[in-house]
Amino acid sequence: MTAISSDFSSAPVLPKWTAPVLLLAFAYGVVPLIGSSYLFEAILLPFLALSLAGVGLNILTGYAGQVSLGSAAFMAAGAFAAYNFNLRVEGLPLIGSIVLAGLVAAAIGIVFGLPSLRLKGFYLAVSTLAAQFFVQWALTKFSWFSNDSASGVIDAPRLSIAGYALDGAVGRYLFALTIVAVLTFLAYRLVSSQTGRNFIAIRDNETAARIIGIPVLKTKLLAFAISSFIIGVAGVIWAFAYLRTVEPDGFDLDRSFQILFIIIIGGLASIRGAFFGAALIVVFPLALSRLGGFLLGDLFDSGVLDMSQRIVLGALIILFLILEPDGLVALWDRIRRRLLFAWRST
Amino acid sequence: MPLPSYALGVMEASVYAPEVLARGLPSALPPAQPSEGRAGLAAQAAPLLSLQGIGLSFGGVVALADIDLSVLSGEIRAIIGPNGAGKSSLINVISGVYRPDRGHVLLDGIRHAHVPTQRLAHLGVARTFQNLALFKGLSVLDNVASGLAFKVRSNFAGQVLGIGRSRGEQRDTLSRADQILEFLDLSPVRDRLVGTLPYGLQKRVELARALVAEPRLLLLDEPMAGMTASEKGEMAGFVRAARDRFATTVVLIEHDVGVVMGLSDRIAVLDYGRKIADATPDEVRNDQRVIDAYLGVASDNEDGAGI
Repeated sequence: MTAISSDFSSAPVLPKWTAPVLLLAFAYGVVPLIGSSYLFEAILLPFLALSLAGVGLNILTGYAGQVSLGSAAFMAAGAFAAYNFNLRVEGLPLIGSIVLAGLVAAAIGIVFGLPSLRLKGFYLAVSTLAAQFFVQWALTKFSWFSNDSASGVIDAPRLSIAGYALDGAVGRYLFALTIVAVLTFLAYRLVSSQTGRNFIAIRDNETAARIIGIPVLKTKLLAFAISSFIIGVAGVIWAFAYLRTVEPDGFDLDRSFQILFIIIIGGLASIRGAFFGAALIVVFPLALSRLGGFLLGDLFDSGVLDMSQRIVLGALIILFLILEPDGLVALWDRIRRRLLFAWRST
Repeated sequence: MPLPSYALGVMEASVYAPEVLARGLPSALPPAQPSEGRAGLAAQAAPLLSLQGIGLSFGGVVALADIDLSVLSGEIRAIIGPNGAGKSSLINVISGVYRPDRGHVLLDGIRHAHVPTQRLAHLGVARTFQNLALFKGLSVLDNVASGLAFKVRSNFAGQVLGIGRSRGEQRDTLSRADQILEFLDLSPVRDRLVGTLPYGLQKRVELARALVAEPRLLLLDEPMAGMTASEKGEMAGFVRAARDRFATTVVLIEHDVGVVMGLSDRIAVLDYGRKIADATPDEVRNDQRVIDAYLGVASDNEDGAGI
């Protein structure tokens, strides 16, 4: 966990908020007009949900240095909590159930973060697996969580804010985009605050952090809580806006690994890294299947596709860890600096 | 022999230069006190830190055996000794990283069987480490600012939203960190990632992180290890300046005997976990047991230069 936390730092000519603001303006103003329903349903919605989960995990793993393999469990906790709050509390607005769902995920995060007070590294990762298995088991075992649905798969409620329905692809996209933008901004503020510095201090040298008086136990649990809150809300987006069903199987161990890969490929301890990583993880399989279909035609059936995806993705991760341990963010910054340099010297 | 005022008053001082000057600066005294004056002083004034009968062993290895040590307010106290003599163990006992098997630590008159590490900063104790213990992912400024983290009372929500007392705290923290950076001549590297600095500067950043909280007791574990001669001289100057400006009491471990002799008021010598001498630099220099244990047996260097 020696990644560097210099987000938004290498644009010497423009203020650092320029790029995010322009991107947001594009995402709100242009994308809804030009995007196809395929773009929203297959690319942007999973991208947004996974990015937010990546931001959440990055706070815990990238900044605070606590490895977790339980991300999907917190997503599931968030999704099911939001579903149940929505179902069982009369008149609770959607935003209310989402916030409460995040708080439920945070509480579960604190409970499964308790081992971090004694365990580190791989041992902690294994203990967070317990969260993964326990939450999935509990959601399958107790049918109360899925409102006694026979199949265990439940339809997500319709999205609406202040009576305004957000059912279409564009509506769900804007809904997800808004939540992701707000939480990402808050996460960015957090990691540059004193609490964020405490996270990094504990990651880099726990003994020194304790000696200078950083409350180590409290700070670790806080990292688990905040991270789980964000991941829980990401789970709500995943289930309510993207899949539109809520089921435990969508939140299995594979999903946890996927989120971990996102932050490793994107760049640990970088808010932007989560977005880079999620873009790669979401777009890459689609691009590969298009490419395969184009090059090999009918030879490329879905079984081969699935396998080749795993192989290429695996190879890519290995390559990344060797060639660019600081992730896509570092790569991006380097390319940008080169371009800027070339542009100035002409 | 008049009793210097620093031994009585400075402990409560709120430590910036003007107040300290008003109460009488420790460094205003001649650096080399006559030894009987020191001894008399030790008997009269309550020491800021005193160790009583500290014993510590790891398995069968005795790291410290029956160590007594008293440190007066405002002095620079060196602990020297050959490798493996127990110097770092002693610092670790004082800062609560180790729990001694026997004995106790009296800090500011309060008795601790095990110094509470988590409360160390609140007790006014700061330390540096033998091997650098900086936060590599943070800038120099943020590293130093983290030395004030224990004083932060705002919660994370306030900091994220920028409301409540968090704004004032943030401003206060950064301005104090900047002052310390200036004091230690680190302002030019303020925004660099600390891991990218040369070793000597990293050592200085660690001193800055310890000093920013204005501790009453500063523990320096080999602050000059691995430095060049000129860097060592600079660092010794900073340690002395820090003591003078913040009225900090300093306990330091150092291998370079030449630097220690010039810098410290009193020196304790450890060998194989035992204290074999505890006196002024001049006395230590001429102590036969110290010479045998540490400096080598026969000396043809009468004035002690270069040892």
